[in-house]
Parts: sequence; structure tokens; C-alpha cells
Amino acid sequence: MAQVVLKSLVKDYNKQNVVKGIDIVIPDGSFSVLVGPSGCGKSTTLRMIAGLEKVTKGEIWIGNQLVNDLAPGKRDLAMVFQNYALYPTMNVFDNIAFGLRNRGVSKKECKVLVEEISEIVGLTEYLTRMPSQLSGGQRQRVALARAMVKKPKVFLMDEPLSNLDAKLRNQMRVELTGLHKRLGTTFIYVTHDQVEAMTMGDQIIVMDQGTVQQAASPIQLYKEPDNQFVAQFIGSPAMNILSGFQQRLLVGFRPESAKIAGVNQEAPLSDRAQFMKRGNILSREILGSDVLYYVESGQEKLVVKDDLRYLLQEGQEVIVSVNEEDLYLFDQESGIRLRQGINLKEKQKLAGGMT
Amino acid sequence: MQPTMGTQQSSLVKEKVTMKKRSLSRWTETVRPYAYIMPALLFFCLFFFFPIGYMIYLSFHDWSLLDLSAMEWVGLANFQEIMLDSDFHLVVINTIIYTFGTVAISLVLSFFLALWLNRQAKIYGIMQAAVFSPHIISLVSVSMLWMWLMDPQYGLLNAILEFFGFPAYTWLADTSSALLSLILVSVWKGVGYNTIVFIAGLQSIPKDIYEAASLDRAGKLRTLAKITLPMLSPTLFFLTIINLISSFQVFDTIYIMTQGGPVNSTNMLVFYIYEQGMDFYNGGIASAASVVLLGLIGVMTFLHFWFAERRVHYR
Repeated sequence: MAQVVLKSLVKDYNKQNVVKGIDIVIPDGSFSVLVGPSGCGKSTTLRMIAGLEKVTKGEIWIGNQLVNDLAPGKRDLAMVFQNYALYPTMNVFDNIAFGLRNRGVSKKECKVLVEEISEIVGLTEYLTRMPSQLSGGQRQRVALARAMVKKPKVFLMDEPLSNLDAKLRNQMRVELTGLHKRLGTTFIYVTHDQVEAMTMGDQIIVMDQGTVQQAASPIQLYKEPDNQFVAQFIGSPAMNILSGFQQRLLVGFRPESAKIAGVNQEAPLSDRAQFMKRGNILSREILGSDVLYYVESGQEKLVVKDDLRYLLQEGQEVIVSVNEEDLYLFDQESGIRLRQGINLKEKQKLAGGMT
Repeated sequence: MQPTMGTQQSSLVKEKVTMKKRSLSRWTETVRPYAYIMPALLFFCLFFFFPIGYMIYLSFHDWSLLDLSAMEWVGLANFQEIMLDSDFHLVVINTIIYTFGTVAISLVLSFFLALWLNRQAKIYGIMQAAVFSPHIISLVSVSMLWMWLMDPQYGLLNAILEFFGFPAYTWLADTSSALLSLILVSVWKGVGYNTIVFIAGLQSIPKDIYEAASLDRAGKLRTLAKITLPMLSPTLFFLTIINLISSFQVFDTIYIMTQGGPVNSTNMLVFYIYEQGMDFYNGGIASAASVVLLGLIGVMTFLHFWFAERRVHYR
């Protein structure tokens, strides 16, 4: 187990600045998730931690050791790759045992350790099979077993679930978090899927364009986003962002915190509603327990998530209302969230809401 | 209501017609696949199976290109003759030495060249093209070129050796060095093609497997032995087979450079067959030697496939 610290980490590829001086502390034993859109530098950061990419500038500390110039195999970490990267010419046993043999572990001990790990991940029956004879889920388990058997200080995972089908992905998500609890080791997990990040991580590091946008717990990220990017990236469907009354401000609210009702209906609007928009339902998506309404209000489009109690029709004229405490204000230029100095009335005015 | 005689008869006729139709369609279904493959089958029969069969047939006869009508059945006499002929023994030994020498040196050399040249920089691309270039030069030109290079008196190789104070080498002029010289020429000609195929094989190995190996603390040699070589086994298998077969069938180089000499030291199976058939008009012996060559290549290919089944890993 070890804490991982990244200090002013920079990575350039052919004069292109991919990671722009990030500072992150990944606490010992935490399940930290690097999340962000494609090309944001999350995988490059992970690969720098693993030693698979050279650091252009900055420092990487694993425990008390500066590892910038340490070979990947000597960093005492294990990695699960997106495509599993199993050795195709070795059977499951040899895949798991390869790292142990390279460390000089005796044949006898190797056998005991591999069998022990195989038991944990449910691979005992498949030890003599080649990777090509396994399903996606089984390959994933081999990759996990290969990482676990080395008992590393840190586990690195680069989008390990992205090649699995939805059902298996959900199952593996639960298994991975269970595994983390059992091992208590530091996990650094890279994903572009915010649902995966929210459900698995106890610290989420949101990245965009080579910089850290915010590092916080899932709930804090959802409730207190630092900027417009985080607000829109975290949460599904994404937060609605509308232009405010004043040019320099944007107002945002989450689809699930808004209320919607037909204009001529006895509206189930909150009596504390401070922000209202009139519009028409363009389309709706029934998700089972919930329904998503896509509403057009003037030039702007917004999404509202509601339950199925008052099912509204497409084309219907509606009023969307949001409580004051559910409104977020952002600076239009920098995207930074404005938290202080704006009172209720101002917010309402700035948001351009109707009363 | 009971059916009348007329309706009974007409239904019987209808039934017969449908039965006929059914049996016809069944027949068509049976014949159809054979009809589809017939053109290819005819082609193979005419240009592959028939010549092989005819060659075997000829090997049991005493015949000459000068008078094909005077063909005489001799049974296994031709085979008996070549088996007892010390020249033929030498030819087979030469062929085996040449084949294994060429294949082994060429494959080992091209494997290491491929490892070295499998990089991104422009210079490596130029080097790949340079290494590959002998492959596109005609074998006749290559042979002429090397005859000059290896000329004991005026050749470049001896000039270089002498420049560095070494004694001149005999190259093609001596029985002890001629076969080795031919191996050198073949390796030079073939190494480029093998290198390019090896590079293609190396580039098909996913990079993340090497990354996983480096995280697993595998050193360079261990990665080569445990990752690269097994992953390249299909390429290695393919190259071994085609190199073995083409080396076994070497002819042009011998014809141009040595004519099998000096003293039969570079005479090999295909040249022997040519000599027997065309120079000595000994068709029966030539055919019998061709059957032996076919058998040898067949056995080798079979052994290779048998080995490959156990050692070659297809992804």
C-alpha cells in the first residue's frame, strides 16, 4: 500500500502539451478515479505513473520514493490494460505466473500463489486454457489475477471494463469495488464513463485538456462542482446550462432537480420555485421508472427528468421550475462557478426566470 | 363423396410428376457443388495432378527426350540405380547442406535485422528498402554480380581481403569453398524478403503486451524468448517452409555460377535432374530423381506441419 503523489506533472508529445502540470495526491488505500473525455490526458497520466511514458517535467512519488527514472517493473505496481494485454501464447496459469517467475519466486510457491488467486477470481477450472479460448469476462479475470498475484503497492487500471457488455460491466464494477475493500490497496482507475467513476471511486479526479478540473468525492463533485465542465461532465443527463440575464453569466440546474408541468394543468410545481421557464416538449424518452423531457424554450433547449406520475405529451406547452438552492451560476468566460455574493433575488434576476 | 376413376387417375399422374420433379431437384442439389468446383478441379488435374502422376509413371521407364517412342518399362531400376550412385548421394548431401545452411543463416540473420530495423525513424525505412533490394534483382544478375565479386583474381572480395592483409580466398574455384559461396549468395538474395516479413510480424504484436511484460519485470532476453519468438511463430513457420522449399529447388545460381562444379561439389537435386534429362538424355533417371525430390520436400513439409501444430501459436 502506498500514497501516490504527482507534483507539477507535465507530458509533451512532439511539442504538444498533453498533460499540463497537474498536482494530485492519491491517498493510501483509496480508490481514485481519473475521469474525463477522450484526449484529456488521463491515460497518459496513468501510463506515466506506471513508467510506460517518460515524464517531461515534474515528479511522481510512490510511497516515499521518487520513481521518475525507475523501470516499470521496479515500481511495485500492477496494471490492468483496456485490452487486457494477456500473453496470447501462454495459458492462464503461465499468464498469472509470468510476473512471479521473473521475480525469482520458486516453482512450488508460484503454483501455490497462482492457485490461491485463481480461486479468488474463479479461474481454477481454466488454468490450462489459452486466452483465445476464454470469454471477455474470463480474460478480464485473468488480467486481474495477474495483477493481484504480485501483491503490488498500487493497482493501475486503464478502462478495464470498456470491452465488456453492459451486464458484465455492472457485475465487474461490483466485484472490483469489493476487491478493493478486501485488499485495501491503492487503486488508480481511468475511465471516460462518469457513471463508472461515480459508482466506484471514493476520490474522483476530473480532467480536461491536460489539467485537473476538480478532485473530490463523488457526492461533492455532483453537488458542488467547481466549474461548468465538471457540472456538465458529472451527472446523467448532463446539467442544463442556460444563458443568464446578464451576458457574463450562465445558469445551470440538474434535469432531476427541475419540476415540469403543463401550463393549463394543476401544476405540481414546487411552491419554493424561484426559476421558471415556459417551453414546448420536443420529445420524451421513457426510461422505465423515469421519463426525460426535451423542452425547447425560445432559443434554448433543456432536459427535465421526472417520474411517470404526470406523463406529459410531446408538443405540449409546459413550465419548468427549479428551486433556488438547485441553481448554479457560472462565469461565462472562465466557466468557474460563482458561489458567494449573489443572493436569491439576484440569482433569480440573473437567471432571467419568469415569475 | 367418392372420387371418380378420372380424378383418381389425374391425381396419380400429378403425384408421379411431383415425384419426378423432386428426384430431379435432389439430383441437381447433389450435382451442383461438384459443378461449381469442376473448373478449378479440371485446372488442378491438368496442370498439377496429371504432371505429378505422369512424372511418377515416367520414373518407372527407361526413356530419352531424343526418342520418346522407345520408352521401356524398367520397374524400380531407375531408383535402384540412383540409390547406388555415389554422385547422387553427393547431390543429396549437397542439397541438404545447402538448404539447411541457407535457411538457418538467412532466418537467423533476418530475424536480428528485423529486430534492429523495426523502428520509427526515417533512416530505418531507408535501411529496410536497402536490405530488401536484392530480392527484386533477377537471380541471373545477382549470380553474374557475385561471380565477379568472387573472382579469385579480379574479384572485389579478394581485393578487400588482400587490402586488409588476409590471404585470397578460393570462393567458387575450390571444392571446399564453392558450396559455402553459393550459400552466401542465396542468403544475400533472400535475407531482405525474410527481414521484411519478420518486420511485418513484429509490427503485428500489440505494444501493450510488451508493456505488460515490462511491468512483469521481464528483461530484454526473456521478453524476446517468451513473448516475441512465440508471437512470431506463425511468421517463422511460413518463412521456414517457403525458404526450405525454394532452397531445395535451387537451380539458376548453380547453372550460372558453377554448373555443379568443381567436381560436383555444388551439384544439387534440381541441377542433377536437369543434367540427367537434358545433357545425358537419361529421362528415367531424371524422373526418378524428381520423385525423390518430391518425396523429400513432402516429408519435410509434413514434419514441419507436425512440429508447427505443437509449437506455432496462431492468435
